Amino acid sequence: MNPTDTTNRPGVSIASVGAQSTGTTKPDAADPVMELSGVSVYYGAYEAVRDTSMPIQEKQITAMIGPSGCGKSTILRSLNRMNDLIPGARVSGAVTYHGQDLYAKDVDPIEVRRRIGMVFQKPNPFPKSIYDNVAYGPRVTGMQVASMDDLVEKALRDAALWDEVKDKLKTSGLALSGGQQQRLCIARTIAVRPEIILMDEPCSALDPIATAKIEDLMAELSNDYTIVIVTHNMQQAARVSHHTAFFTAELDERQERHGRLVEFSQTGKLFTNPADKRTEDYITGRFG
Amino acid sequence: MSTPTITTETRPDPSASGNALTQRRSRPGEVAFRLAMQACLLIAFGVLAALLTWVLVKGWNRLDSRLWTEMPTGLVSRLDTAGVQSALVGTLWIISLVALICLPIGILSAIYLEEYADNTRWYNRLLELNIQNLAGVPSIIFGILGLGIIARALGLGFTVITAAIVLSLLVLPVVIIATREAIRAVPQSIRHASYALGATKWQTVSRQVLPSAVPGIATGSILALSRAIGEAAPLIVLGAVTFITFNPDGLDSGYTALPIQIYTFITRSQSEYTELAAGAIVLLLAIVLAMNSIAIFVRNRFEKRW
Repeated sequence: MNPTDTTNRPGVSIASVGAQSTGTTKPDAADPVMELSGVSVYYGAYEAVRDTSMPIQEKQITAMIGPSGCGKSTILRSLNRMNDLIPGARVSGAVTYHGQDLYAKDVDPIEVRRRIGMVFQKPNPFPKSIYDNVAYGPRVTGMQVASMDDLVEKALRDAALWDEVKDKLKTSGLALSGGQQQRLCIARTIAVRPEIILMDEPCSALDPIATAKIEDLMAELSNDYTIVIVTHNMQQAARVSHHTAFFTAELDERQERHGRLVEFSQTGKLFTNPADKRTEDYITGRFG
Repeated sequence: MSTPTITTETRPDPSASGNALTQRRSRPGEVAFRLAMQACLLIAFGVLAALLTWVLVKGWNRLDSRLWTEMPTGLVSRLDTAGVQSALVGTLWIISLVALICLPIGILSAIYLEEYADNTRWYNRLLELNIQNLAGVPSIIFGILGLGIIARALGLGFTVITAAIVLSLLVLPVVIIATREAIRAVPQSIRHASYALGATKWQTVSRQVLPSAVPGIATGSILALSRAIGEAAPLIVLGAVTFITFNPDGLDSGYTALPIQIYTFITRSQSEYTELAAGAIVLLLAIVLAMNSIAIFVRNRFEKRW
């Protein structure tokens, strides 16, 4: 199951998105692995995203799209409590993971992030060797590892990077190209065997070829992992995801901008037959 | 006329003879500013060079092993065989103790302020403001404070440890500020990457932030120690003895230090003392320059490029 069509990559016109391979569907499991219900995220008194409810299906790719400032990255960061690191950030509503509220008092954010990993917009390898980049997560989380070498190799293989770096594991991760760095970051994330991987615009700093590799990798990884990806690139969402959530920013009565979830559905449906006028305007390029 | 027309006159005509690319125009403003900057550099460098030359010429006859093998003396007749050993050893004692006292305190304080303190709390902001202010307090004030509190109230007296504590307090703000700068220079994305893998705060700080900040911390710390080495003012009120013919042998020992020794030599009228002072100045400068070179080496060797 490879939803990507490598012959028809960036440069596809918006109009062709619907016609293109958006038919990626997977049967949903009985229960979603995560669920957002009525989630609002505040920065201080400012409500950045309002009342978001959507499921995250297990071992599927869920894409979040929308114009800048619509709160999609904010929602993404609320899924593994990375928002805790921003002073003044607060979440209301419920984010559940296997039925458990991630924001309950007794939940340890460290444990949450170990199970729900994250890949960032700009590749951010540690200023350490490639090997140590991958081994860092297992080391700090105290994973019981039979052989660290094997674990590092497996993670790099799973991230489709092994063949390119196997002879230079001791060199700095920063010496790699941008696309390789991002795959190293993915390898580092999967080394701790998370259940869910959050990706915050993972390809926006990469060239089309590196982007294609990451997209293929995502499709591959979705056999084992649940992936949530934020992207500015609609074609990317159409190509790789099974479900898509469309967010937009709206002005309220006091002229303040708030992000809002407009529509959530299967990717094929959202791109070919959107239920909401705003979604249609956005994906056809009339807005944003 | 609503649409502005662009006439050919607004563009340089490449064919006109006065517009050839090869015809350099003189720009007096550029030249004047460049000369002014070079003059400033020349003044700064010239003064330093003059000072160095003066002490080198003056102290030339004294630049030999006597400087660190012999004790100072108050007798002009014995000056031939005099050096500054006790002051050198005193300075080394003091600076080692300053490093032991102020580096751990300063670096840990900086880590707290940068990584743990909640900057929205008023007491943390007050703390920050006061550290900035402390860095600007004249050193003699620290000397008097040390005299009142450490030497007298705590009863440590005029000893090596008193001097080391006071100098530590003096350069502590410098260490804290330099360390904070170094920690702040570590990109936030590194911390986030670490947290996203399930690392704890201390793991993130100790395994990612601090190793990346080491060059900056080391540089700042060594420069702070260099400043402490050259301080004379606080030691004057802290009972640094002007002539001692023994080396400090413990924390509670009496002491003198190179800057004090230089000061007392200079105030004497005999030219032999001036020569000896110049020799001691060269020695002090050599120590400071050596420390600064270490700082530069550490920075270049371990610098991280993001």
